[in-house]
Amino acid sequence: MMVRRLGLGLLAAVPVAVVAVFFVLPVGAMLQRGVWPDGAFDPGAVLDVLRRPRTGRVLWFTVWTSTVATAVAVLLGLPAAYVLHRLRFPGRALVRTALLVPFVLPTVVVGLAVRELIADSGPLGALGLDGTPVAILIGLVFFNVAVVIRTVGAAWEGLDRRPGEAAAALGATPAQVFRTVTLPALRPSIVSAASVVFLFCATAFGVVLVLGGVRYSSVETEIYLLTADLLDLPAAAALSLVQMLAVVALLVVVGRLRAVPDPTVRRVVPAPARPRWRDAPALAVTLLTLGLVALPVLALLIGSVRRDGRWTLAHYRALTGSADGLLQVSVTDALTASLRIAVDATWMSLTLGLIVAFVVTRTVRTRAGRRARAVLDGFFMLPLGVSAVTLGFGFLIALDRPPLDLRASPLLVPIAQALVALPLVVRVLVPVLAGIDDRQRQAAASLGAGPVRTLLTVDLAVVWRPLLAAAGFAFAVSLGEFGATSFIVRPAEPTLPVVIYRLLGHPGALNYGTAMAASVVLAAVTAGVILVVERLRVPGVGAW
Amino acid sequence: MLDLQGATVTFDGTPAVDDVRLSVADGDVLAVLGPSGCGKSTLLRAVAGLEPLAAGRIACDGADLAGTPTHRRGFALMFQDGQLFDHLTVARNVGYARRLQGASRADIRTEVAALLDLVGLGGYADRLPRTLSGGERQRVALARSLAARPRLLLLDEPLSALDTGLRGRLAADLRRILVESGTTALLVTHDQEEAFAVADRLAVMRAGRIVQEGPTGDVWAHPADADTALFLGYGRVLDGAAAATLLRRAGLPPAAGAVALRPSAVLAGPGPGSGPGEGTPGDGIPAVVRSFRPAPDAGRLVVSVEGVGDLDAIGAPGWVVEPGRPVVVRVEAHAIAVLPGAATGPAGGAP
Repeated sequence: MMVRRLGLGLLAAVPVAVVAVFFVLPVGAMLQRGVWPDGAFDPGAVLDVLRRPRTGRVLWFTVWTSTVATAVAVLLGLPAAYVLHRLRFPGRALVRTALLVPFVLPTVVVGLAVRELIADSGPLGALGLDGTPVAILIGLVFFNVAVVIRTVGAAWEGLDRRPGEAAAALGATPAQVFRTVTLPALRPSIVSAASVVFLFCATAFGVVLVLGGVRYSSVETEIYLLTADLLDLPAAAALSLVQMLAVVALLVVVGRLRAVPDPTVRRVVPAPARPRWRDAPALAVTLLTLGLVALPVLALLIGSVRRDGRWTLAHYRALTGSADGLLQVSVTDALTASLRIAVDATWMSLTLGLIVAFVVTRTVRTRAGRRARAVLDGFFMLPLGVSAVTLGFGFLIALDRPPLDLRASPLLVPIAQALVALPLVVRVLVPVLAGIDDRQRQAAASLGAGPVRTLLTVDLAVVWRPLLAAAGFAFAVSLGEFGATSFIVRPAEPTLPVVIYRLLGHPGALNYGTAMAASVVLAAVTAGVILVVERLRVPGVGAW
Repeated sequence: MLDLQGATVTFDGTPAVDDVRLSVADGDVLAVLGPSGCGKSTLLRAVAGLEPLAAGRIACDGADLAGTPTHRRGFALMFQDGQLFDHLTVARNVGYARRLQGASRADIRTEVAALLDLVGLGGYADRLPRTLSGGERQRVALARSLAARPRLLLLDEPLSALDTGLRGRLAADLRRILVESGTTALLVTHDQEEAFAVADRLAVMRAGRIVQEGPTGDVWAHPADADTALFLGYGRVLDGAAAATLLRRAGLPPAAGAVALRPSAVLAGPGPGSGPGEGTPGDGIPAVVRSFRPAPDAGRLVVSVEGVGDLDAIGAPGWVVEPGRPVVVRVEAHAIAVLPGAATGPAGGAP
């Protein structure tokens, strides 16, 4: 027993140390710059920043866009979750996959796709949405509707039909059944999805940066602006601090709300039904959502092969060039670098995530043990809430001295991306490992299997598919990571999202077109990865 | 009241419920009894409007229900595991249907209290379903169904999830409550004791079809065929020469069909030469013990009777006998049933 506990502790120490050095330290350093400028504790500067009118505008903009985007994502996602998880129709798997793709598309790509859609020359140009907050909202919803569909859909799929039938037999109309039985049962998953979506919206970076331009700034882009362009570190640190506190508060509240469902929830997967007439509204909303997701991608695709009103592959041919020396490297080189970095980031986050998931799903008998486990669980969710920009900048200022002078190390970027992907990996693996009945392991042990053998027979048999799925997600996240990478990537070895952003920052139709072509390539690679993940059929992948 | 005419439900072309004709009169309790997988739950779901009919018709008071959705049928359905709404208190569960009907708060409160008293759960109003035992949950589910004032109460194995002792007590309660409230009910179950304790009439279902229907006692005493007899708790079915020989040697009137025997139909006692001082049953049939197994209430034997074959028998409590010993057996006429026609199933089987 003692040995086992010691072993668990040692095992837990590995990811804790990694997160401490590569997450807590850089972020702490960043905050220190703000709150202890010149080595003395001076919160006054922070408060000053918060009193600036621009800060107020930025905070308000972040809150309202996130709230509206969350509401819209939930309203669109609920009917789609029903249609895709409770109904049976040809092409369902395809639609499901199509709606998962946006979640992992690189933020820069999404920003560009939405911009292409609503630009004055784009398909929806007549609506005059370019340069309005609506553009940002479209981008945020595009991204996050998948989270709602996945999370609520997974809950809905396992929802027992019979309580609803009992209610109907007691005289409840379908609407009443939905309101009094289905909705209360789905509430935890809806709350969970909504809060995660809110979190993603509030910390969204690439989308807001590309679509907001200079007029609209969220907390995240403002931090970027303050650190990278204005070098106003106290202000950036102040905003980071506010963001972090808000995120932690949100996570705590969500944890409380999420604790409502009974872990012994009856999970039966009833056979999906054929659509009926009364499902027509839900089907219509799903179609609308599908359109919302497909349109920007189509606009991007078309935009990448058109120039001056003619079809052309010039933008794709330009991928091998270096845009007249603008980029130092060609887009294809950047893609190679991106893939190499993604491989490294994947094995790192997978190793860490597996250890974390393993440790936090062990049964603990003592109250202190359970508390430690809960704290640990929350600790590894931290990267989810802390701005990637803060993390990236923290890397720059904290890891520049021996013994941690890693600025020149090729591992710096993968490490940062692995940390960003870590919460996702943990979230995929934990439910699976927690779902293994401990008695299976006990049975294996009682039949003479040692700890390692038990792990191989019981855990590995169940976990290998989710592990592959998590690997796919980590890979996709790493490919698209932009916030942290943009700070720490070596100029001569940029990743693809960074190259796309650089191309967008320079005028010229060819540069813009090349950015679109590069985005299509990047989107295709990530979509391909997600298609493979989806084929693994891991229940609840992409759900929170 | 409820009338099923050739009701058929198919799953992917395979009939689960096949041409079922049944009717339930007002105030009656009909039990559909059948082994698991025979289609009885599907039948109940079809009556509730949860499964569409592939053919046939379900009518209530003469009106076809085909176009009536579940919530307008007025048939409350009680599930095997109750299906209480876990997020509502006991009182809110019970008052659910009346709230939907728009009854006033005060009315609901008094009705709920009365129903909870009826099912013996007065004072449980504010408990949450999760804190209740299995039996209590089923009582709440029953009260919730009754609160809807259903035209017909549908019960899907209402007591099967409970342990044996509780099941017996709750079955008696269920019968009392249904009779007291004058509720018409359709019950499906695989448990003959549950059916026997609760229902007025019994329909035996097998492989999607109703094979026998009638007043509970009649069906019990006169099973239609060998399989029905075995399912109803008869231990063994003899046919042909064995049946005729048994009837003759037991001094019973001869019959053409097979004979089904309850486990308690044959009483065994010490045979001649089994020791002094022990009485012999009057005009017994000599037999040889093949196996003996003690049980709390009586010894269980398998004996071999010449010309009949193996029979299950019971011996007096405390009496122990070894295999191979001769005994004398007597047949209780009230515990055997002569089946109409020739037996279709295999002769013999496990109780």
